[in-house]
Amino acid sequence: MTAEHVLFFVFGAVSLIGAISVISFRHPIYSALSLIVTFFAQAGLFVLLGAHFVAAVQVIVYAGAIMVLFLFVIMLLNLGTLSAKSALKGKLKGLAVVLGVLLAIQGVYIAMTAGTDTALESAQASTEVVTTYKIGELLFSKYLLPFEVTSLILLAALIGVIVLVKRENQAEN
Amino acid sequence: MDIELVKDIIIPIIKVLFIAHLLIIGVMAMIWSERRVSGWIQDRLGPNRVGPQGLLQPIADGIKFLFKEDIIPNHVDKPLYVLAPAMLLVPAMIAVAVVPFGDTITIAGHEIPLQIADINIGILYILAITSLGVYGVVIGAWASNNKYSLLGGLRSSAQMISYELTLGLAIIGVLMLTDLPEEILTKLGVDETNPLSLRHIALAQGAHPWNIFIHFPAFLAFTTAMFAETNRLPFDLAEAEQELVAGYHTEYSSMKFAIFFMAEYMNMIVGSAVVVTLFLGGWHFFGLETMGGPFWSGVISFAIFFVKTGIFLFVFIWVRWTLPRFRYDQLMNFGWKFLLPVALTSIVVTGTLWIATNGSRLWIGIGNLVAAFIVVAIVAGIMAIDNNSKPIVQRASAPPLRGLDAIE
Repeated sequence: MTAEHVLFFVFGAVSLIGAISVISFRHPIYSALSLIVTFFAQAGLFVLLGAHFVAAVQVIVYAGAIMVLFLFVIMLLNLGTLSAKSALKGKLKGLAVVLGVLLAIQGVYIAMTAGTDTALESAQASTEVVTTYKIGELLFSKYLLPFEVTSLILLAALIGVIVLVKRENQAEN
Repeated sequence: MDIELVKDIIIPIIKVLFIAHLLIIGVMAMIWSERRVSGWIQDRLGPNRVGPQGLLQPIADGIKFLFKEDIIPNHVDKPLYVLAPAMLLVPAMIAVAVVPFGDTITIAGHEIPLQIADINIGILYILAITSLGVYGVVIGAWASNNKYSLLGGLRSSAQMISYELTLGLAIIGVLMLTDLPEEILTKLGVDETNPLSLRHIALAQGAHPWNIFIHFPAFLAFTTAMFAETNRLPFDLAEAEQELVAGYHTEYSSMKFAIFFMAEYMNMIVGSAVVVTLFLGGWHFFGLETMGGPFWSGVISFAIFFVKTGIFLFVFIWVRWTLPRFRYDQLMNFGWKFLLPVALTSIVVTGTLWIATNGSRLWIGIGNLVAAFIVVAIVAGIMAIDNNSKPIVQRASAPPLRGLDAIE
């Protein structure tokens, strides 16, 4: 048991507990906070894999920006505590069952095919730290097209938001 | 004892303890100097009774906070209400881990870098950790179950999200020009400069001019955004007393209230240390840091860093007691229409001139200044035209006071 093994299990356990808490808390604020804990634990797992940049981006983008907006909306709408019955209704229930079964099959398959230590070994084999310099170089050479397409999608989303807001403003006037 | 054990475990622990205590003592010193400097600015004495020059006043305050009754109102969400002050204090404390507070110090033939951890993603770590501070404010505000608190929390989070962008964009120009000469690289034993490492950024300012001279507009944008991130005047709308009682910490008392304040002062100290590292040359001061032997040069470099951070903290206090608070629409306009364009321009100009002038730092410095002036002028012009074409009723203004006509 090296320090990496111990940390892997700690982060793994925290991220699982966080993920279960997201769906078991009745109050949306607590669910959102549990999701932040999960993101953190996953950032820890990324650090163990040597992907420091991905870990930092995970915290900045998901934990730092997106979840703040989630909290914002929950607070402004003042969503109350959900009752057990209202949580799952009709079609959503069917979808949840289908997805749950698929996830269970996936989990069983991974547990059957992979030995207990494989994930840890492969994680340790790749602990070579990937520098931001290399990521930047790859983004502007090998992955230039996906990179530019992503930026176009973001631009489209930005313009879309402005158009929607402007239309509302004009209607008011 | 095994020398490797000492190097790997005991020395880092000493560094962590040293910095953590320095932060807490720094908070006490800041509270004392804030009250004394504000007194001096307003031409009064300030607290001067407890100890010489009132120096023991923060300790008296601390004892008072500890012995006050810790009131938890009935209407609060208890777990989150208790957790919120810690959620603000912890990010403030751990962000300092990657800040280099001096060059290396040589003790008994071993070179020890004066920094807790020089991690690969340095400055990104600081941005990530400081972006988490907003949760303490938002959760504290929501858990208090009070309209004033909630309004304060919402204002604060909107402000922090808006100014975070400027904070991140303003440093990109600095990162682009961070470039260490060969001899420093071989001394450090690395192949290439890592512009994200705060140690490399500070070292580069020893070899080249300080970043403040090259990226002056970016420095102003970064500093202003940092004032907003720490919720200090002129950006303290989150706790505007006249409107919101005390904002997000209205319902807090005793030590929980004190922790909110400690976190604010700690954020200021960490922010100043980051500005000193990024723009004001870190521990460099025109060759003074190389005086003395391998031991004393380390001590002197730490002293230089300490003094620079202190001077910057004084600016924090000075600004607070000089400038009035922004109105909310002014705050948003300023962040999005002035600071963000200035930060973006600095990236474009730095990159373009780096190629066009073959890496002349003088021209990049001049170009940055000129471009920032042009951008601010254009934005101000557009805003003036926009304001004139609008009917006056549409401008944001406070609602008219009832009964004012009767008094007049």
